[in-house]
Amino acid sequence: MLKIEDLTVEVNGKNLLHDVNLEVKKGYTNVLFGPNGAGKSALMRTIMGFSEYRVVKGRILFNGEDITGLSVDERARLGLGIMMQRPPDMSGIKLRDLVKVLSKGQRDPEALAENLDMKRFLDRDVNVGFSGGEIKRSELLQLAVQSPSLYLLDEPESGVDLVSIEQVGMTIKGLLEEGLDCPGESCKKGKSALIITHTGQILDYVKADRGFILCNGTIMCSGNPLKMLEEIKSRGYEECIKCRLIK
Amino acid sequence: MQTDQVNLKKRAESAAEKKAAFGEDFKLDRFEEGSRVSKPIEDLQTLDEESKKTLLQVGVVPSEEGRSGSLLVLDNAVSHSSLRDKNVELMSTQKALKKYEWLKEYSWKLVAVDTDKYTAKTYLENADGYFIRAPAGKKSSLPVQTCLLLGSNKVFQTVHNIVVVEEGASLDIITGCTAKKGVEEGLHLGISEMYVKKGATLNFTMIHNWAEQIGVRPRTVVHVEEGGTYVSNYICLKPVRSVQMYPTVKLEGEGAVTRLNTIAIAHSGSELDLGSRAIFDASGTKAELISRTITIGGRIIARGEMIGNAKGAKGHLECKGLVLTDKGSQLAIPILEANVDDIELTHEAAVGKIAKDQVEYLMARGLTEDEAVGMIVRGFLDVGIRGIPEELRKEIENTIAQTAFGM
Repeated sequence: MLKIEDLTVEVNGKNLLHDVNLEVKKGYTNVLFGPNGAGKSALMRTIMGFSEYRVVKGRILFNGEDITGLSVDERARLGLGIMMQRPPDMSGIKLRDLVKVLSKGQRDPEALAENLDMKRFLDRDVNVGFSGGEIKRSELLQLAVQSPSLYLLDEPESGVDLVSIEQVGMTIKGLLEEGLDCPGESCKKGKSALIITHTGQILDYVKADRGFILCNGTIMCSGNPLKMLEEIKSRGYEECIKCRLIK
Repeated sequence: MQTDQVNLKKRAESAAEKKAAFGEDFKLDRFEEGSRVSKPIEDLQTLDEESKKTLLQVGVVPSEEGRSGSLLVLDNAVSHSSLRDKNVELMSTQKALKKYEWLKEYSWKLVAVDTDKYTAKTYLENADGYFIRAPAGKKSSLPVQTCLLLGSNKVFQTVHNIVVVEEGASLDIITGCTAKKGVEEGLHLGISEMYVKKGATLNFTMIHNWAEQIGVRPRTVVHVEEGGTYVSNYICLKPVRSVQMYPTVKLEGEGAVTRLNTIAIAHSGSELDLGSRAIFDASGTKAELISRTITIGGRIIARGEMIGNAKGAKGHLECKGLVLTDKGSQLAIPILEANVDDIELTHEAAVGKIAKDQVEYLMARGLTEDEAVGMIVRGFLDVGIRGIPEELRKEIENTIAQTAFGM
């Protein structure tokens, strides 16, 4: 579904990512680990196509098509969807109106918001004065309408209180399993995802298939996400380099 | 009384050539005087389709549905006046001055005749206009609509309006100022004197929709007494040659409140010099002056001034301007003046382009760049009309939707 080949990326002339290789197969949920500043968000935003991220080498393939040169909206229409960690304040744009526009009037904002306990936010300006948890729920509400085939989730649990985490986790699980009749079908029909997580809390709700560790702007290793998480929890990212050697 | 009139006349005559403090100087002799007589229009629905459309675009409903009364000034003649709601009084200013002796005390008392050549001309022309009065304690559930229509090419229109909202009364006014199709050049001079008495509320919405070679010089002063509220919404989204105005609200009674919202788009060739001024002359008075302007090639000067003369006054001035093309310009000039202690006046001004991260955020949801910009621009303007009654809001939102995006 998503294939990244030898990707090198600059922002304002500064190299942020180099020689990144990564794949998310159809129906898979892959996890991206890495210390602060490793370039995880930059990679996700590059995949989405935000213009400040300049690809200087390599390419991004989506369903076999080279999307490296496509604009953000073209990628969105192909089926990529992002949950941003720090989305901009959209002063003057009510969440209700955004949901209406995104669903082209096809879906009822009230009903969608009900599920996410966001009804009282429908008449608020998107992201303006939202708490961490409210931002996540607003992002998920928008994604639920957008219904992408590949979800790019940038730290879905950051800034969310313990009570809301379950709600966020279950919502993501629901979105990824949308249209599935039984778990075994996930590879054929399910949605795909790439999730950035620090704490791994999201993995209590979402079954992850493969993990990657990004260090110093490149992928150091990949493997079983739960085992990786255990390693990181006990030994930190110092093991990054070694991990690459034992791969 | 007589000497008063003589004095005013003298003052007006001495100001006949006086340039305005701001804006392009229009030579009055380049324009013909607009006709002072016009065939009365009994029913606005009998107007031709084109004229009805022109009215609708400035919030004036020809069927008068949802309105408590209507008055139309065509060039310099009041050609229609009708009233449905007895909780409000509506007639031409000249008629009202004949009917009520006391009204002389309200005429040319807030706007000085010698402010500039435009006020002088309007005085010397003995201009007509609308008189609206909400009697004490009366509340009109529907807005009164007035329309100032330029009907002939290369004429000047002079209008003198007086609004009196008496103690405890409440009134909504929608004024649409526009030109008939085919009228491309002209000058509109409009004097408005508004009185909001103790505990009264006036919501005044003015929508401008002129043409590329029309000059517009409104001169408005509002007097608000104790506990009174004056809310103004000014909307100008279409091309015009030059609008220059600096409406002033004098908060004269304890706890008087005002909010002035301005939303405007400057097209190529337009100069919009739009100010708002609040003068805090009594304790505990409050004002919010909010302006949201966009240039798509024209020049915008957003002025704002708050003068605090009484303790406990609180005011916030906000000028935000978007520049959507290199050819346009935005100039924000906020002025704050505190003349006593215990005053809180603040301002926030920002001019610049649309934030790229906002555009791309919406694009990441699948909107095209144009759709994203459109949504952000609508949202930007929308902030400028918040806090006004729902009915009026819808009216204005419709106007924005109808007119803003033929740009």
